[in-house]
Amino acid sequence: MELYQRTIHELHNMLKKGETTSVAITDSVLKRIDAVEGKVKSYITVTADIARAQAEAADKRIKAGDTSSPLLGIPIAIKDNMCTEGIATTCASKILGNFVPPYNATVVAKLKQAGSVLCGKPNMDEFAMGSSTENSGYFITRNPWDLDRIPGGSSGGSAAAVAADECIGSLGSDTGGSIRQPAACCGVVGLKPTYGRVSRFGLVAFASSLDQIGPLTKDVTDTALLMNVIAGHDPKDSTSADIPAPDFTKALKKDMKGLRVGLPKEYFIEGMDPQVDKAVREAVRTLEALGAKVSDVSLPHTKYAVATYYILATSEASSNLARYDGVKYGYRAASPKDLLDMYMRSRDEGFGPEVKRRIMLGTYALSAGYYEAYYKKGQQARTLIKRDFDEAFKTVDLIATPTAPTAAFKIGEKSADPLQMYLSDIFTISVNLAGIPGISLPCGFTAENLPIGLQVLGRNFDEESIIHAAYAYEQATEWHTRKPTL
Amino acid sequence: MKITKKEVEHVAKLARLELSDQAKDVFTDQLSNILTYVEQLNELDTKDVPPTSHVLDMSNVMRDDVPQESLSQERALANAPDKAAGHYRVPKIIE
Repeated sequence: MELYQRTIHELHNMLKKGETTSVAITDSVLKRIDAVEGKVKSYITVTADIARAQAEAADKRIKAGDTSSPLLGIPIAIKDNMCTEGIATTCASKILGNFVPPYNATVVAKLKQAGSVLCGKPNMDEFAMGSSTENSGYFITRNPWDLDRIPGGSSGGSAAAVAADECIGSLGSDTGGSIRQPAACCGVVGLKPTYGRVSRFGLVAFASSLDQIGPLTKDVTDTALLMNVIAGHDPKDSTSADIPAPDFTKALKKDMKGLRVGLPKEYFIEGMDPQVDKAVREAVRTLEALGAKVSDVSLPHTKYAVATYYILATSEASSNLARYDGVKYGYRAASPKDLLDMYMRSRDEGFGPEVKRRIMLGTYALSAGYYEAYYKKGQQARTLIKRDFDEAFKTVDLIATPTAPTAAFKIGEKSADPLQMYLSDIFTISVNLAGIPGISLPCGFTAENLPIGLQVLGRNFDEESIIHAAYAYEQATEWHTRKPTL
Repeated sequence: MKITKKEVEHVAKLARLELSDQAKDVFTDQLSNILTYVEQLNELDTKDVPPTSHVLDMSNVMRDDVPQESLSQERALANAPDKAAGHYRVPKIIE
């Protein structure tokens, strides 16, 4: 087995025993990137020189006897919407094409402190707006399992890089499913933590009440290890929760005794791929065999989630993206005739079509005369969706669903119809509206050998039960050991 | 709900987006479709339902007002498309 194929915990053990070095691991990953990047195109920026220097520094620490950090010397990719000091952070947008942040996002600083190696900044949908990574302002990323298909989005580059072994683990961000849906499409593990669990400081804002950073990894143990590094209160993010983060590796338990799992009937709908339905039901039977108590639950407002989301997320985006005005950083149109012309043309030339569409929708929803009918109504619907989960979690500890109604679709299949694209997020969006945590992990393959994702949801700040269930399932199955042929 | 091209032009101006004529036509159709879809929220009785703007049980977060190190002027200006004499430079706004 090549070093690039291994997990964080395997490599950490090898480093501890002196069986390999961070330089060897990093070189292995960089060679892998050279070999397959032409096909997959996961990265906007590969930081080879920085990675080598950080690997050398990690090896020095290890040589001096410091092996306490499980991330020490491990190559990690960080989605290109998280600020990396001195390293281009484009958000896959032309408007930030030449932006070099003067500071690190808190998660980046924490990973650096843990001694991890930054191997690159993966591609994404521009400003994290999309479900396929086709909305990148630069290029399309391809699904390592089938190069004619999308890797999911918006963290498509992060998921593809993990699946193609172009990094050992990665960070993504999730506003409406942007970690979980690409994890499902690429057959990797992706966790969206509870809103407030991980600092958003230095994450380029899309919809501030919904955005959350989380890990994408090759297995659930690695998810726990990355969570141990990035979780926790940050005074620089006023919405980060002042709640101590647990040791998530303590939740890695092999049986499900005592855990109650709910199946919401609203997530097993017509129009869903029967192969997805079958795989998820089979996965739930496995959880039951491991000792979980399974029952039906209802989340009656599920069908309103997509509509609610596309009002609230676009409203927040229209406000957040007002800062791109061609003054302080980012793109400015050539020879503006006055200030207004500079704003109007810089934004028109700098933003791609999906971003403009969402700014327009959000601006409309917030504009005079429509605020009550759209924005306020959306916020009230959000309350009802949140109450559904509060009610369900009175009788169950976890909720199991498919992550997406289908496996990865073909490139171009949905790009002409924005509404069809939005509906591919139907099973992931409610989670962001309610703030709760959710994981996606592989639970089977379609006849075309495309990965299928199982989504497990938990109560606010109970990532531990999710990690517990995901680990127990993973250890009882072999889906996570399969790799795409590239 | 159908929106008109004129409304699209108005919203584009509010959003400071100089849209091409073709983009205005496309957005008129697409935004009408999305707004029609969103109208299903009107089925919900929300008379006594409080709005949720934020899921965490917290209000204003304050910190002590202690001077701290901040970005230097040079670093703060490093990404500016145009700058002069320690300031961001923009097109003339006063005649």
